[in-house]
Amino acid sequence: MSTFSPTVIHSEKEYTGETDRKSVRQAISDALWEEMERDENVFIMGEEVGVWGGTYAVTRGFYDHFGERRVRDTPISEMVIVGAAVGAAMNGLRPIAEIMTINFAFVAFDAIVNHAAKVRYMFGGQFTVPLVIRTTTGGGRQLGATHSHSPEALFAHFPGLYVVTPSTPFDAKGLLLSAIRDDNPVLFVEHSTLYQNRGLVPTVDYVVPLGKADIKREGSDVTIVTYAKMVEIALDAAERLQDEEGISAEVIDLRSLRPLDLDPVLESFKKTNRCVVVEEGHPFASVSGEIAARIQDEAFDWMDAPVKRVNQEDVPLPYSRELEQSALPNADKVIAAVKEIM
Amino acid sequence: MAMTDEEKIEAYRLMMTVRRFEERCAQLYSEGDIGGFLHLYIGQEAIAAALRFAVPEDDNVITAYRDHGVAIARGLPIEKLMAEMLGKVTGVSKGKGGSMHLADVDRRYWGGYAVVGGHLPLAAGLALADQYRGDDRITVCLMGDGSTNIGYFHEALNLAGVWDLPVVWVIENNEYGMGTSVSRASANPDLSARATAYGMPGKKVDGDDVQATYDAMAEAVEHVRSGNGPILLEAMTYRFRGHSMGDPERYREKDEVSKQEEQDPIKLWGNHLINEGVVNSDRLDEIEKGAEKAVDEAVRFARESPLPSPEELYTDVYV
Ligand SMILES: Cc1ncc(C[n+]2csc(CCOP(=O)(O)OP(=O)(O)O)c2C)c(N)n1
Ligand SMILES: [Mg+2]
Repeated sequence: MSTFSPTVIHSEKEYTGETDRKSVRQAISDALWEEMERDENVFIMGEEVGVWGGTYAVTRGFYDHFGERRVRDTPISEMVIVGAAVGAAMNGLRPIAEIMTINFAFVAFDAIVNHAAKVRYMFGGQFTVPLVIRTTTGGGRQLGATHSHSPEALFAHFPGLYVVTPSTPFDAKGLLLSAIRDDNPVLFVEHSTLYQNRGLVPTVDYVVPLGKADIKREGSDVTIVTYAKMVEIALDAAERLQDEEGISAEVIDLRSLRPLDLDPVLESFKKTNRCVVVEEGHPFASVSGEIAARIQDEAFDWMDAPVKRVNQEDVPLPYSRELEQSALPNADKVIAAVKEIM
Repeated sequence: MAMTDEEKIEAYRLMMTVRRFEERCAQLYSEGDIGGFLHLYIGQEAIAAALRFAVPEDDNVITAYRDHGVAIARGLPIEKLMAEMLGKVTGVSKGKGGSMHLADVDRRYWGGYAVVGGHLPLAAGLALADQYRGDDRITVCLMGDGSTNIGYFHEALNLAGVWDLPVVWVIENNEYGMGTSVSRASANPDLSARATAYGMPGKKVDGDDVQATYDAMAEAVEHVRSGNGPILLEAMTYRFRGHSMGDPERYREKDEVSKQEEQDPIKLWGNHLINEGVVNSDRLDEIEKGAEKAVDEAVRFARESPLPSPEELYTDVYV
């Protein structure tokens, strides 16, 4: 392994060095490429990652450069993609297993939940599973009920597994590098509608540590807690709240659901005394439910209003465009929730 | 068990209708009227035509997301199919399913399913219900070559084998699952040979030849209905278009596709009918024009249909 002494950067706001403008897709692709160049034990396996270049074009050019030993097209067999990656990780490699979309992670659920997340604990710490499972999430693309899930909460339910959910190119690259270098299994969840989004990425080697939330916008009247695609919606709502209502909203991007970094949320809440959680997935047994529970538990004395939640409607997502859109969180719904508690 | 001349001509009409329907869908997709994923059946129409006449209407049919051709073959009205494409409430699934999720319970067409292999266990269950009640109905389950490597395939075919479930399993082998060829995905690319592992007969057929596919399918239906347990058919075909709209097709040469297009199943069947003296080319032209008109009509119906009302979001979650 060649030397790599990256700068640890907690937040894009802190960084003042040189940058390039990159898409989320390119940032993720760069992280994979650089890490594969550095570490022979890192390899990629999954459906259409090689010849096709990745369904979302993230691994385009990898097959030609790294060859089929390290960029491995698999059959349509999610169970063995994850299961074999767990075994290879236990036996000393650092696999990056790709599950085309999180909807197909249900097919691999047992390998993820019972093996990736548990073999270390169950055998008294003998095994290490330095595994990254990359996958895509999100609805809103008219793909119908089975292909539109945002079930991150479901995976975050299980101790032993990390769940990372970046929203910007900066975070995506820095977090993915940390994930690959971490000795724990990480489910790295990319939102399928964020790939084109552009932002600034450092030209120097850097990592963003896992398990640290990030304040994406500072504010004083209400705390909006969210992650992934919903960060964009929350920021949009925050701008409009400022312009139209004179309400100053702080937006916190959780960035990872496990470990869950509650400190910045509590700190913000103790300042604003009000909170809205925005999550793309269903409301039942959700990230938003968890945040609401933790706030009432740990910051009860600072509560001026109930914690409000903006989630996907409690229905499967339909195909028809307007119907589907009506089921998903949007800036209007976030604004309405904020106004309800002001 | 031979096709009548009338059926042969209808088979041609069906294939032409599917072709024109699919071409129109591609156009509507690029104009933004159809959203989501769109997987065209172009190149595989002979299998739909064989299904139409080899599988009686009262039997069960279930398939994957490349489902337009199969839906049309099961007699689902193309205007209601087109309405589904446009997300209209008059669509077969009320606009909730879209291209990948066409179904019609009245026609025992149990739907197209988008999780690869996910419908195979359902097919086993459909057949189980009929066997349990003592009905002599059978189930035909279509699937892509790519679905033969997921656990669902092995579990479903094995169960069908041990319980003698009345299923005709049909692999539509179009040589690729997305960009992965059968030989890169399957340890033994002879997919019909899988049948041996599950104690059932397996057979390969030229899926671009309506007559051959019809014969094989009709025989398979007869075999299963007679209480011999399940059977596996592998219909060899090819998809002329990308996996779905927007496929960059880096995994195959243009040459490969154009060579296959020379063996267009619709042209083959048309020529066959002319050579057999069943039709002349004027009649075929007429049928083609008729198919175009029918598709135009379907698009008009779909466009004029209303969208689902906002309350539809909350219906059908539970009974
Ligand atoms: C479990 C699962 N994994 C991956 C996918 C993504 N996917 C959709 S279609 C497809 C290829 C399927 O190929 P095949 O079964 O040969 O059918 P064809 O598209 O050729 O008709 C893949 C990988 C999926 N829908 N479900
Ligand atoms: Mg195929």
